[in-house]
Amino acid sequence: MNSDGIQRRDVLKTLAVVPASALIRLVPLQAAETAHNAVREVKAASAAAAYAPKFFNPREYTTLQSLCQAIIPSDDRWGGALEAGAPEFIDLLTSENEEYQRRLGGGIMWLDATCQKRFDKAYVECSPSEQKEILDLIAYRANAEKDPSLATGIGFFSFLRELTADGYFSSKIGIAYLGYLGNTYLLEFPGCPPVPDL
Amino acid sequence: MQVIRSPKVYDVCIVGSGAAGGTAAKVLTEGGLEVVMLEAGPTLNPDKDFKEHVWPYQLPHRGAGIAGIYYNIPYINEFTAPNAFFTIPGEPYTTGPDSKFMWLRSRIVGGRTNHWARIALRFADVDFRGRSSDGMGDDWPITYQDLAAYYDKVESYIGVFGSKENIPSAPDGIFLPPPKPRCTETIIKKACDRLNILCVPSRLAIITKEVNGRPPCHYCAQCERGCMTASNFSSSQVMLPPALATGRMTLIPNAMAREVLVGKDGKAKAVSYVDKTNRQERQVRARAFVIGASACESARLLLNSKSTLFPDGLGNSSGVIGRYLTDSVGSSGYGYFPQLEKVPPHNHDGVGGMHMYIPWWKFDRKNDFLRGYHIEFGGGRGMPRFGQFNGTCREFEGYGVGLKQKCQQSYGAFIGLAGRGEMIPNQQTYCEIDPDVADEWGIPVLRFHFKWDENEIKMAKDMQETFRAIVEKAGGTYMTKVETTGDYPYRISVGGVILHELGTARMGTNPRTSALNGFCQTHDVKNVFVTDGAAFVTNPDKNPTLTIMALCWRASEFLLQEAKKGNL
Repeated sequence: MNSDGIQRRDVLKTLAVVPASALIRLVPLQAAETAHNAVREVKAASAAAAYAPKFFNPREYTTLQSLCQAIIPSDDRWGGALEAGAPEFIDLLTSENEEYQRRLGGGIMWLDATCQKRFDKAYVECSPSEQKEILDLIAYRANAEKDPSLATGIGFFSFLRELTADGYFSSKIGIAYLGYLGNTYLLEFPGCPPVPDL
Repeated sequence: MQVIRSPKVYDVCIVGSGAAGGTAAKVLTEGGLEVVMLEAGPTLNPDKDFKEHVWPYQLPHRGAGIAGIYYNIPYINEFTAPNAFFTIPGEPYTTGPDSKFMWLRSRIVGGRTNHWARIALRFADVDFRGRSSDGMGDDWPITYQDLAAYYDKVESYIGVFGSKENIPSAPDGIFLPPPKPRCTETIIKKACDRLNILCVPSRLAIITKEVNGRPPCHYCAQCERGCMTASNFSSSQVMLPPALATGRMTLIPNAMAREVLVGKDGKAKAVSYVDKTNRQERQVRARAFVIGASACESARLLLNSKSTLFPDGLGNSSGVIGRYLTDSVGSSGYGYFPQLEKVPPHNHDGVGGMHMYIPWWKFDRKNDFLRGYHIEFGGGRGMPRFGQFNGTCREFEGYGVGLKQKCQQSYGAFIGLAGRGEMIPNQQTYCEIDPDVADEWGIPVLRFHFKWDENEIKMAKDMQETFRAIVEKAGGTYMTKVETTGDYPYRISVGGVILHELGTARMGTNPRTSALNGFCQTHDVKNVFVTDGAAFVTNPDKNPTLTIMALCWRASEFLLQEAKKGNL
C-alpha cells in the first residue's frame, strides 16, 4: 500500500469519529491535505472533457482562439493562452454576461468586417502578415488618435487582452510560467531568501 | 398564520453567531446557562464550504464568479469563505439622497469571522477618551483598564501573533511569535526606518504554535477562504465548538430575527423570527437576550422592535439607535519596485495577511487632522489571481511574447498600501428604518446616510502623501493617480467598504445620550444586551473585531453574575 492510501484511510478514520450532525470539525493537517488532493483529482478529471462553446459560434470561437494565442503565444518552453484554456474561460463568462457579449461578440464582428474591407476575407482566413498588420493597429491606444475609426477595435482588443491574461495566468501553465511556488503546507515560513541589495 | 412558539424558555437567546454571538455563547454556556442562538444563514461545513488550497484553474470561472461578477466587487470572490455579500437577493437596503454606502453582510454560522482579515489590534487608552483628548465625539463609559483583562482573555484563547513594542498608540497584548518578514515587508521596513515611521510585526489572530489542540498555521496565505485546520480565528471553529460541547446550546440556523418582543413588565420575553427554509413565523422565549447581529443589523432589529412601551424601538428612548454610525477612513495606493524583479522564485505565501504593519506613529505631535491611522501593506509573489495583470496589460499594451514576458517580469514587483483611520461621528451619518421598503420576510430594511467630514479627507490626504514617501524612499515608483477633488478626494473609500461599521447603539453613562451602559446592557430594558460593534463610542484606527470580543466577554460575565443574582 502506498503512503497516499494510508493517508486516505486516516482521513476516513478522522471523519468517522465525528458525528454527521457535528457543525464543525477540526481536520488534522495531513488529513486536510489528502482530502484536498482527492478533491483536486476529481475536479481535474471533469475539466479534461472537450469544450463546447456556450456563446460563440464555431467561426467566432476559432477567431477567439486565434486572438488569445496571439496575445499570449506559446514559446519554446511554455504553452500559451490556448493550451491554458483561456478561450474556454472567456466563452464561459461571455455566455453569462450581456456586456461581454456586446463587447467581445461585437468586437469579433468588427474585426471580421474590417478585415473584409482591407483584405477581402475574414480575420482567420488572413495570412499571418495580414493578421499582424491589423493586430498592430488595434493593440495600441495611441493609434486611435491617428485613426479614430480604430477606436472600437482598440477597445475590444484591450478588453480581450486583459481577459486572456487572466485566463492564462490563472491556469496551471501560466502559474508555473510565473514561478509561483506557494499553495503548500509548511511547518515554518522561511521568510525572504537572501537577495543582494534588497 | 399560526406562529410556532418554543415550549422551552431558555436562559439566554443570542441573535447572531459571529465574533459577538460566538463569544457570548462560549462564556454563557460555560458559565452554566442554557442558550439558544439564532443565525440568519445556514450552518457551515468547512470541508465542503472552504476553498482552501483550491487553484484558480480548478474553478471554471477561475475565481471571477458567474458572469465575472467579482471583477467589480471589492474583497470577495469565489474563493472567499461563505457567505459574504454586498447584495443579497430579497434583502435590500437603501441609501438617502446623495449618500453612498456599501453594507457587507455574511449570513452563515460564524458570520464575517469566517473570512475576516484576522487583524487583532487593541484599542489604546486614548481611544476610549475621544472628547477628553480633543473635544470631538464622546468618551466611552469604560477605560482601557476596564477592558485590558478581557483583551488578555480573548488573545490567550483565540491566539494572536505579534511582538512587544511598547508603542502608546498600539498597546501590546499576549502574543505568539510572529512569522518572518517576506521580501516585500523587508523593503518597506527599511524605508520606514529611514523615514522614522514605525513598522513592526503585525498582530493577527493566526496561531504560529498549537493552541488548545488547534494546529499551527501551515502558511498557505489563504485565511480569507476559511481555514480547514482552524489555525486562524473564526467564531464557527473556535467559539462555537466549546459552547456546543457543553450540551447547553441550541443553534437555530436560517433564522431571520424580526423583532424582540416585550412583556407587560417592560422586559424582553421572546424573539420572533422567520424560518427561512419554509417561511414559517416562529418565536423563541428566553430570560435574557444578547443581540450580536452586526452593528447595523442589530440596530435594525431594535428599531423594528416597536411596542406601546417602546414606540421608537427597543432600548431607544434616547433616540440614538442608528445614529453615530462610522466606518474606518480608507485610502490606498500601490508602487512598483524594480528590485523585486530580481528576487528568485520562492514560496512567498506566509500567513493569510501581512507579517508587518505600520501602527499610528504620529501620536506625539500635532497633525493637520485629529486622531490617527495605521497602514496595512502587502504584495509580492502571491497566488496569481484574476484581474492581477490588468495594470501591466494597460501600461505595456501590445501582444505576443513581449507582453507575456512583461507580465512575468512584473509579477511580484508590486506592493499595495492601505490606510485605516478614525472617523469621528457626524450628524449626517446614520442608519434608520426605510418606511417604504421591506425585505422578502416583510421586515423593514435600513436606509443609510453617509458623509465624510473634513477631518477624514485631510487624513486621506496624509495617507496618500505617506504612501508616496514610503514607496519612493524604498526605491519604487508610486503608480496610483490621486485626484484631490470629486466625491472621493485622495481616494477616500466609499462608506461601509472598509467593513468597520460601528456605533449604532453606543454605550455611555447618560441614558439620554446613549443606548447601553458599559456592560452593553440597554439602559431601558435590563435583560437586553447589545454586544457587537453597535456598542462602540469611537471607531479608532484599530480593526474592531478583537475589541468586540473583549467587550462581549466582559458583558457576558456581567450577564452571568446578574443572572445568578436574579437581577434579570
